[in-house]
Amino acid sequence: MNENSVLKVNSLTVGYTRKPVLWGIDFEIPQGKIVGIVGPNGAGKSTLLKSIMGVIPITNGSVKIFDESLDEVRKRVSYVPQRESVDWDFPASVFDVVMMGRYGRLGLLNRPRRADKEVVLDCLEKVGMADFSKRQISQLSGGQQQRVFIARALAQQADFYLLDEPFAGVDAATEETIIQLLRKMSEENKTLIVVHHDLQSVKKYFDWIIMLNVNLVAYGPTETTFTKENIQKTYGGKLTLLSDVRNILANTPYSTKENK
Amino acid sequence: MQAVIDFFSFSDPNIRYVVLGSMLLAASSAIVGVFIVLKKKALIGDAVSHSVLPGICAAFLFAGNKNIPLMIVGAFISGWLAIVIIDYITSNSKIKKDAAISIILTVFFGLGVVLLTHIQHSGYASQSGLESFIFGNAAALIGNDVIVFSIIAIILFITVIAFFKEFTLTSFDEPYAKTLGLPVSRLELLLTTLTVLAVVTGITAVGVVLMAAMLITPAAAARFWSDNIRKIVIISACFGAFSGLAGAFISYMAPAMPTGPWMVVASSFIAFFSFFFAPKRGSIFLWWNKRQYIKTTDEENILKIFYQLGEPSDNFECEYSVSELMEKRTVGQDRFKSALNRLKRQNLIESIGENWQLTKGGMRESARIVRLHRLWELYLTKYMQMPAHKVHENAEMIEHVLTPELEKELEIQLGFPDRDPHESIIPRI
Repeated sequence: MNENSVLKVNSLTVGYTRKPVLWGIDFEIPQGKIVGIVGPNGAGKSTLLKSIMGVIPITNGSVKIFDESLDEVRKRVSYVPQRESVDWDFPASVFDVVMMGRYGRLGLLNRPRRADKEVVLDCLEKVGMADFSKRQISQLSGGQQQRVFIARALAQQADFYLLDEPFAGVDAATEETIIQLLRKMSEENKTLIVVHHDLQSVKKYFDWIIMLNVNLVAYGPTETTFTKENIQKTYGGKLTLLSDVRNILANTPYSTKENK
Repeated sequence: MQAVIDFFSFSDPNIRYVVLGSMLLAASSAIVGVFIVLKKKALIGDAVSHSVLPGICAAFLFAGNKNIPLMIVGAFISGWLAIVIIDYITSNSKIKKDAAISIILTVFFGLGVVLLTHIQHSGYASQSGLESFIFGNAAALIGNDVIVFSIIAIILFITVIAFFKEFTLTSFDEPYAKTLGLPVSRLELLLTTLTVLAVVTGITAVGVVLMAAMLITPAAAARFWSDNIRKIVIISACFGAFSGLAGAFISYMAPAMPTGPWMVVASSFIAFFSFFFAPKRGSIFLWWNKRQYIKTTDEENILKIFYQLGEPSDNFECEYSVSELMEKRTVGQDRFKSALNRLKRQNLIESIGENWQLTKGGMRESARIVRLHRLWELYLTKYMQMPAHKVHENAEMIEHVLTPELEKELEIQLGFPDRDPHESIIPRI
């Protein structure tokens, strides 16, 4: 569809044990856009990001990033997990955590160099956390934790960013800082995928939208895709039959797909 | 006394070996333990340490004597096997991890004891000392054995230092480490291997039953003293080394005493001490903090009473008797009186005969608290949509914790208001 497509997802199916969480997802994302992912709880939004990043295995289908497999282009892709996914009582400083973003480039056994430290400080500057670099991470507010995670992803100096609920539970100032930053990055032709919860701000924040509820309901430019009808399809009415079938699959003793 | 001097002069090469060996092994396992604790996998350490026993006994049966290198191999294999089986059970059955760990730990340890009993009753000439593998005996650390165990300990040190940043990252955020392309499962394998090796270093000096404590306890204690993982590793190593020294010393002074349990007693003592006395995280510090907070709250509440009594007449310089003040109190009489005395010492109130009166500073302070209380009430009604009659209780709590920065921010957000939701004037200072 698009010459410079950043991400191609082809009939992607992902399941925990045997229960499908994502079912036959197909879409493409063009470069330089801010793309939102919306859908109800349990729709598989986080799972989609994690399976693109190889954190959880794909049951079926394929993911291509910059027309390559993830391993080929890892240095160009960066992931921001949900804030609650880690224990913030870990004995590390803000600087330490952001430095982790450099570990992929450093490789095993190498120590951070001066250039890496400069990148880290620069990224902290960008998210407005420069004064907090020595702060112990357990002393941060929710919004500050989120900024640290984004700074860590920035430190990877990637071209394609996947963010899992960066606006969840953050203060208004942080939300503003983050969205400004994302816009600036997209102006630099970086591509961003953002899992999002608040339908109110979808039109304001995102160029493109992916509407998800186990299967792909719709995707495309926000203006034409984020319609009442599609929202209704995504959120309205539980797909009872579908969830029944998923439960049956979860309890079948044998799956052909798993054993191929 | 002579024995103490003998011990610490290290003139006897045997003592030198024993002490050096004990300290090295305890320090190296304490370092590995930091990552086990941070990964919340302490129980695995316990399982591994118990599971090495059948391997040791099998190696003895195979060789027919106490061949240390062979025993290390045996211990390594059975420790490893235990972890593999635990993982297999967890991912392929309905049994949860904690149950799987208990099952494997007891099965392996039971098997080990059976083998050990068999060896002891079948008349092997060289079986003496094998029982020390259960509770440990540092005196059994002799000659070449010390060298072997020390080499393993040094390998542990070097490996942990070499992979320090990877272990730190996978302990903090494993999925993210995976997205960076780090070989997460191989690193996990490496850490498990280090755990098994750390247990193996301790089999003669500490014994398999208590080796888990030497992995976990120094690391858990070190966590109380720092928020920096590098410092925690160093502190943990020092705690471990000290426990090793203490255990070796005690079992030298009283040869009937087993070394392992004494090392554990020493490291547990350090852990308890840390739990109570560590600055910032220790429970005495936390208790003291709480006490100070309650005291300040009491004082501020009394200042508020002065303000409220003076407000109707807009005169805050009145004197009040203790009974007048006490009518409005919310705490017991003793607490009230000692808070009054503390306020006097801080020069916020002064006594005139039997009566009490606010000083200039006291007036300012009392107005500040009332001001915070009312600003917060207004914020709750305006931004949290709480009805005016419900905001007082919450403000009673929040007025004591609002910082000057938050006060400023509140004023800006509320547009420098004059009156609270109950139409009382918000005092300015």
